Parts: sequence; structure tokens; C-alpha cells
Amino acid sequence: MAPAAAPSRLQQALRDAAFAGLVTAALSFPMLAIRVESDMNNRLVLEERWPLMFAAIAFIASARFLASMLDDWRARAGAVAGVWSMLLGAGLAWFTTGAQAALAPWFLGGGALLLAAALLLFRASPQEAEPASGAAPAAASAGRFVTLAGFVALGVVVAYPLVLLGWLGPQGSLKWINNYGVQILIYVMLGWGLNIVVGLAGLLDLGYVAFYAVGAYAYALLATTFGLSFWICLPLAGILAAFWGILLGFPVLRLRGDYLALVTLAFGEIITIVLTNWVELTNGESGISSIPRVTFFGIPFTAAPDGFAATFGIAFSPIHRTIFLFYLILVLALITNVVTIRLRRLPIGRAWEALREDEIACRSLGVNTTNTKLTAFALGAMFGGLAGAFFAVRQGFINPNSFTFMESATILAIVVLGGMGSQLGVALAAVVMIGGTEILRELDFLKAVFGADFDPSQYRMLIFGFAMVAMMVWKPRGLISTREPSIFLKERRAVAGALVKEGRG
Amino acid sequence: MSRWLTDPILAVEHLSMRFGGLVAVNDVSFCVGRGDITALIGPNGAGKTTVFNCITGFYKPTQGRLAFAREGRADAAEVRALTNTGKRHARLPSGDIYLLERMPDHEIAAKARVARTFQNIRLFGGMTALENLVVAQHNALMRASGWSLLGLIGAPSWRRAEASAIEKARAWLARIGLEERADDPAAALPYGDQRRLEIARAMCSEPALLCLDEPAAGLNPRESAQLGDLLRLIRDEHATSILIIEHDMSVVMKISDHVVVLDYGALISDGTPDFVRNDPHVIAAYLGVSDAAEAEQVVAEISGEARP
Repeated sequence: MAPAAAPSRLQQALRDAAFAGLVTAALSFPMLAIRVESDMNNRLVLEERWPLMFAAIAFIASARFLASMLDDWRARAGAVAGVWSMLLGAGLAWFTTGAQAALAPWFLGGGALLLAAALLLFRASPQEAEPASGAAPAAASAGRFVTLAGFVALGVVVAYPLVLLGWLGPQGSLKWINNYGVQILIYVMLGWGLNIVVGLAGLLDLGYVAFYAVGAYAYALLATTFGLSFWICLPLAGILAAFWGILLGFPVLRLRGDYLALVTLAFGEIITIVLTNWVELTNGESGISSIPRVTFFGIPFTAAPDGFAATFGIAFSPIHRTIFLFYLILVLALITNVVTIRLRRLPIGRAWEALREDEIACRSLGVNTTNTKLTAFALGAMFGGLAGAFFAVRQGFINPNSFTFMESATILAIVVLGGMGSQLGVALAAVVMIGGTEILRELDFLKAVFGADFDPSQYRMLIFGFAMVAMMVWKPRGLISTREPSIFLKERRAVAGALVKEGRG
Repeated sequence: MSRWLTDPILAVEHLSMRFGGLVAVNDVSFCVGRGDITALIGPNGAGKTTVFNCITGFYKPTQGRLAFAREGRADAAEVRALTNTGKRHARLPSGDIYLLERMPDHEIAAKARVARTFQNIRLFGGMTALENLVVAQHNALMRASGWSLLGLIGAPSWRRAEASAIEKARAWLARIGLEERADDPAAALPYGDQRRLEIARAMCSEPALLCLDEPAAGLNPRESAQLGDLLRLIRDEHATSILIIEHDMSVVMKISDHVVVLDYGALISDGTPDFVRNDPHVIAAYLGVSDAAEAEQVVAEISGEARP
């Protein structure tokens, strides 16, 4: 790190980049920007190629800037490749049309992913290898980076459906808002809910989907049997799921580690089996259909005269409901996030983390570990139940097949992949896990490589398995492994992941 | 008359602990004086840590009574009356009495206010030094945060309570010389600092009795001396009595007011440091011979060799 009097790293990097850009400009002006050609009549003409020159400047300056900002060669290589790919995509979108322009989003998206991956995977590695106090400033800047990235991501997510709607129109954007937006956000919320139990309190829960199921069936049954509205059922579903969490927690939380994991796994299975076999209540495998759809605070999303479109004087389109669902799950997920972040800074949240670190020390300090575990379990279950109610209102039809062990495993993988305890990490992992499996359906161009019979969606799980293994080799503690202290005296420094325990139940 | 007999804070009576066929502690009785530093010593495997685990509720004793008079002197008749009721706790005019053998570990820490440290340090390694000391104030802070409800809405009363908790933690960090490292993770601190931090963490829960399990283990002579100063400071400036298991005899003899010696799970000596130092039973136990007469013989032989 530079001494305090020297210019900051950012200033230095900007200066380096500006200098590299100037040199490139000076060199490329005679070589790229202007060119003398002989035309048909053998006359010499001056050809101007300004875009080429500016592209060269942009490529060189960006590479120089990233090289000055990043220490790790892998981070440099990945970030430069990502930024160049994005520049290329922007160039294609700007200057070309047709087939070439269609490639632009791939370059832009791929470049952004590459950049994000390079920054996340390799940026924080030096201070992990050396958790001594000397690495603290690097960790501090990593903490600010995480906060900033969180706000940028929130802005992107809020704008996402509207931008897509404007770009692709109601027909084209439906898939992207529904399959990518809503689907991913459900898992973000589930991941954040489970993160309270697994990431903060360190209790390995393999049956989280049970609470998701309780929430979904609570809404479905209350709405179809008693005709209650979604807005009444939503809190009820949360309360019911929390109640089930406490009911399960009382006998189970005296177990630790592997035993706790096994019992929660069994509980998840029991719930699915009960839902399948209690035909009088749940209608078994056939499930519950015609669940009332979501309304805009009482105004239905229909083409009828009292529907949403007619009320607000716009043309009817099914996309309205999808966009409303998108913002609904976004709000629910954000509530989960804000509550978790606030609780982490309260005694209960610190007790969860202390429990993960050392349960015996907690008891010696007078922390009632049973109650503390129960609150974590109940709160996690409540958010799972809320997500379940949302799932039911979105699908309009539920059956036990939506709540298998695979779901629990996916949610747990999201939490572990994200970095246990890290809110932003969990959100990123949900995007990668769910968005990643969805995007593999879209890779039709692979048919050009592997032949027309090749169906990339068949290989989704295989590719995903490889990705997970690679991830665990390079970042065994998840995408964001540092821990933010809940309070600080002088400065907030992130704690290196190697020092933080995973908890043993 | 010794203070541990006239004004005991804790009376251990006929304490026995069996693990299956193994008798780890056999009918041990001793008292811990209010405001004293009491040392519990003995060779390895003598049952010292087992006694600790019984006092702090990590083990449920097979037999025996642990009467803890937190504020005032407990009358024998009153303790007997409490024992017969089957309750854990009685509020008497002279103060609260707790029967520790009937209470779970976290209640002993929270209600009776007995805090402890561990032989192998048990800090919250991934949390900062400051966080460690704030977690120790958990129960007071839970009440102040209205069981999280006041805290979630950020009520002013909660903010004040949190600020004073941080100030208390800061004062303890300053006292053990770790204020500069308040925001470092506990696991990154040097060993000696971790030992002192664990004691400060126990003190942040405002204990009436502080139980320290080998606090000087692994410390160099300078750190041991610092530890002795810290313990004397705790005894003199806080209303906290100290019960300490220690192998380092220089520390024990220098700081303790009262020494209790265990060997093979039984009490073999109980008195002032000077008394214990010259007790032939203690010498016998530490030399590994079976009785006092043999010990005197061994001692005589050794002194004979020393003075030819």
C-alpha cells in the first residue's frame, strides 16, 4: 500500500491510464486515424478512420487502468478480457446491424460476467493467504467494494424489467422477466432466508424446502378454501411456516452437526410425503389448481373493464402481472435482506454468529443457545414461508413435486457458493446458479459446433457440476468469503474468511 | 479466622462426579471466600477441571451441593431450607442464594453470575475483539433491545444501551492493552493477548465469581506477571471473587489468598499459600509418592544430597 501522502491508488491508476491513452493517441493518429489511399482514378485521397483510433485508445487505456488497479495477474487478465469483450460488444451494437449486431448482447453479457468473476475470484485473495493485521487496509477496501457493488446491483435490478420492456416489447421481454427475473429473485429470497440459519447461526439445514412448501400450501389452501386474499394470506403463511420451524426446532436443535442435518433432511422428506398422501387436504399428486392470482391491491390483472389495464387506461398485456410479480418478490427479498442486516447488528444476530463460532463459549457467557437457535430457525422458516406463498400465487398451481430434496440442495448450494453469511454473495450465487441453468437453454449456437442433434439443455447439470467443482477448488469459501464485523471502534475491516468458522450445528 | 470460612461466596459440599465406573471427583468440600483469589491446584488428572465444570454447570454433579451466596452471607439453615424446597434460587434479606447444581450452564452465567474461561481458549475467532466483548453483554443488551423489537426500529434507548456497551468493551480493551487491536479478529491476536481477551470477555458479563482454567498456560514469564497484575486489579477494583486453576506455582503463591489442593479426585489440603506449601500431603502428591511419611523421607534424602 502507498503511504498516506502519496496519491490514492485510483488517482494513480487514472493517471497511468490517461498517459497510456495519450501515447496511444499520439501513435495511432498517424497510423490508424488517417490513411492515404489511391482511389479508382489513381488519385491519392485521405481516409479518416476515427472510430478505429478511439477504439485503440479505449482498449489500451482500459487495460492500463485495470493493470494499475489490480495486483493479481489472474484478476488483471480476466478483467481486461471482460472489459475488452464489453467494448467489442458496444462497438458491434453501435456500428453494425443484423447478424453481427445480434452478437452484441453476448459479448456485453459475457464480458460483464468475466469482469465480475475476475474481480470476485481473485481480488480478495491476497489478504486471505495472509490474515495478519498488515493486510487490513486491503480488506477494508474490499468491504467498501462489496457495499458499493450491492447498491449498483440493486439499481440494475430495479431498472431491469422496464429496460427490457422498452427494448424487447411485451412479447419478447416476458421470458426474460419471468424466467430470469422472478425465478432468480425467488431463489435470492430463499437463499437469504436460509443464510440466517446456515450462514449466520451455523446450523446445517437440509430440509429448508419444507418451510417453502408450508408457505405455498398455506396460501393455496387458505385462498381456495376460505377465499382469503393474498395480502392476508401472505403474513399468515409466514407465521405458519415460522410455527413449523419452532415445532421442528424444539426436539431437533439439541442435536449437532451431521445429526441435525440428517433430521432436517428427514423433515423435508416427511413434509413432501404428507403432502402427497394426505389426499383429502392437499389433493395429493394432482395438487391444488386454480389458486387465485395476484391482484394489484384488489384490481385484477385481466382484460375486463375493472381490470388493471382498463383502470389505468393502458392496453391489456399479460406482462403487467409479470412485472408486478417481479417487483413484489423484489420487495419481499429486500425485506428479508434488510431485516437480516439489521438483526446482524443487534444482540440476537451477534449471538447467532457467536453460536456459529463457539457454542460452549456462548453458554459460558449466559447466552440461551436453545432460544437463540430457535429464533434463527423460526426466522429462516418464516422467510421461506413468505417465498412459498409468493410461489403459489405466481404459479397458480402447486403440487408436491415442486418441493423435492433437489430444491433444498439448490438453495443450500446457493448459500454455500455465495459465501456463508454474505448477503451479496448469496444474491450473486443465486444469479449464477439459477440464471446459469436457465441460460444453458439458450445456447443454441452450440448446435453449430457440436451438430444439430446437440441439445445444450441436456448437459445443463453436467456443465453445472463442473462449474461447482471449479468454484470450490478456487474459492472454497464461496464468492464473498470475508465477514463484515457488526460493530467497530475505529474502522470497519472485513475479517478474512479463513478465520471465520462454518459452525457445526 | 479466614475469610473463606466466615464469608464464603461459594460453598462446595460433598461434591462427587462419576463417569460410569470412574470417580473423577470424590466427596470434595471447600469454600471460596468473597473477594479472595482462591487457587485450585493439583497434579494432572486430579479432577480440577471437573470441579470447574460442575460449578459452571457444564456437568451435572453426581452428588453434592454448590451453594452460591451472591451478595451476602448465607445462613446454613436458610440453605438447608432452600435445598428442601427443590427450587434453584431463593431471595433472602441478606441477598440471593443459588444452588448451582440444579441450574443449566447458561443460567449459572446469566443469573447467578458465575463466568469462566477455558483451558483451551474459546474466543469467537472470526469476530473482532470488540465483538467478543459485546457478545459477553448479551443478556443485558437483549433486554435493552426489547428482544430485538426496539433494536429493529432503532429506538433511542437501544442506541444509548449499545453505545454504553461499546464504551464498556473499549474500557476493558484499554485495560488489557488491546485498544489498538479492537477491530482485529480475535483469532489473529497473539496467544497471550487471546488469554487476556478471554478474561476481559468473562469480566464484561459482570460476574460475581470468575473461574479461570489455567490462565497462565503457555505464557512467558513477562506475560505471566501481567496476568497476575490483571487478576489483582480485578479483585481490588471489582466486586468479583476469583477461583483459579493453575499449574504455575510462582503465579499461584504470589497472587492467591487461599489454596485448595486436589489429588486423585479427593481434597488433600486447604489453607493459606504458606500452609499448603509446607503441607507434607501436598509435597507427597507432587512428588508422586503414596503417603506423607514416605514424602518426608524423600524430602530428607533430597536435602541430604543437597547438603553433603
